[in-house]
Amino acid sequence: MMPVMTLGHRQLWRRRTPLAQWAIWFGWLALGVLFVFSWQVMNENTMWLFVEDAPRQAADLLSRAWPPRWSYLDKLWLPLWDTVNIATLGTALGIVLATPIAFLAARNTTPSATLLRPFALLIIVSSRSINSLIWALLLVAIIGPGLLAGIIAIALRSIGFIGKLLYEAIEEIDETQVEAVRATGASKWQVMDYAVWPQIAPAFAGISVFRWDINIRESTILGLVGAGGIGLQLQSSLSRLAWAEVTVIFIVILATVVLSEWVSARVRAAII
Amino acid sequence: MTSTATPTRWARPPLIRNAWLRWGLYLGVLLYLIAAASTLDVNWQRVLDGLGNSWRVLGGFFTPDFTTRSRDIWQGMVESLSMTVTSTVAGCLISIPIGLGAARNIAPLPVYAVCRSIIATSRAFQEIIVAILFVAMFGFGPFAGFLTLSFATIGFIAKLLAEDIEDIDEAQAEAIRATGAAWWQVINYGIQPQVMPRLIGLSLYRLDINFRESAVIGIVGAGGIGATLNTAMQRYDYDTAGAILIIIIAVVLAAEYISSHLRKLVQ
Repeated sequence: MMPVMTLGHRQLWRRRTPLAQWAIWFGWLALGVLFVFSWQVMNENTMWLFVEDAPRQAADLLSRAWPPRWSYLDKLWLPLWDTVNIATLGTALGIVLATPIAFLAARNTTPSATLLRPFALLIIVSSRSINSLIWALLLVAIIGPGLLAGIIAIALRSIGFIGKLLYEAIEEIDETQVEAVRATGASKWQVMDYAVWPQIAPAFAGISVFRWDINIRESTILGLVGAGGIGLQLQSSLSRLAWAEVTVIFIVILATVVLSEWVSARVRAAII
Repeated sequence: MTSTATPTRWARPPLIRNAWLRWGLYLGVLLYLIAAASTLDVNWQRVLDGLGNSWRVLGGFFTPDFTTRSRDIWQGMVESLSMTVTSTVAGCLISIPIGLGAARNIAPLPVYAVCRSIIATSRAFQEIIVAILFVAMFGFGPFAGFLTLSFATIGFIAKLLAEDIEDIDEAQAEAIRATGAAWWQVINYGIQPQVMPRLIGLSLYRLDINFRESAVIGIVGAGGIGATLNTAMQRYDYDTAGAILIIIIAVVLAAEYISSHLRKLVQ
């Protein structure tokens, strides 16, 4: 039945029934009320004086941040190298840890769907719901400040990302190839090596490079909680209110991020 | 296979065909690992000491303390959740005109260029860095967090919306245009019905992301549960920190579950 509105003797077509229309209106109204309520709760303690002052603050900030203190660049090369190392080694460690977990989590390769699969999924989910900065905060408390905390934080966060995308790729493989290899009398590991692995290898490389690109981005700020890299310099410049140095750091970070994104896009285009 | 005899053993082709490139890559990776490991400055004594004490930190997960700081945790969660809602709504509202302008099939070139550069700026800067700047300008608290998350939402939603509009079925827009519809009417009747379900889906997904991010930007002073977590860590109050992390994981899981269900309902 098409919803129709009768106006006198004319019949007009309507897209929705009145009930559906009211339900949609009510949904939008509820969203509006929720927004206003949240806005009021959020701004209970907001100092509007500071907010009104913001344009002046911004102008002040800009005048102190410009021109950038380029001489500071010399002190940034080593932290930048550390940052790239945190991202790369962290990604490598993440891949090593995530690959077996992905095979345990994929429905078609898991040895035990009732016991191991939920466990692997739990690892993936908890790794994904905690940001790498929070992982770094925890690890700095455990193993002390430095690069190692950053590398492990990046690795722990990457497990969830790589594990999730990889196990979805494994579940989507073509089963006939697996069947064919199994029909030759191949062992479990040979099936893995000759039927499953070749099918997911391009996805695997693509996911790894993609995560590396994200990790470069995230590793630039891990230093804020003491986990090494260029974020450490950022933290010290911020606490000294040396905004001209902060500008240089931001420019370096931006250049690194853009470069890594370009590299990752090129590599992924070459693979796929 | 230039030899005349049939080979009896089959070797699978390598992933990278060019041998020079392949071995060059292996060598490069090896050299890089040596270089990286040699500059890796790790205080192993500190690490061993820390691992010995790690039960104190990890113990927080097993003996979470929800009660002692319940007022702070509650305040942080309320700030985070309200920040998430307001920034998602505001961000999505602002993204819609920008997304329309960044779709090449409906926007003229100058508008397209401006909107695309707004999107690129928003995507290039990470939430934490934007939060540092906004905290410096607007003072500590959730208002700076709200601005940060709204800014990040614009880049995300507007980009995906623009790509979605560029991918629409042109025939439907053409049909509306053929009836003599104005630009607004083409948008409203030809394009909006095609992209609306996905736009709502993306907004719900972004709601999810914004909550996760709101747990982090507090570390640089932008309010929310991240600030509470940072304070707890600095007080060495690991039981409270454990409780906060458990709450964050629970809320993220719930949000992911609800938003994926709602997305299925809409699409």
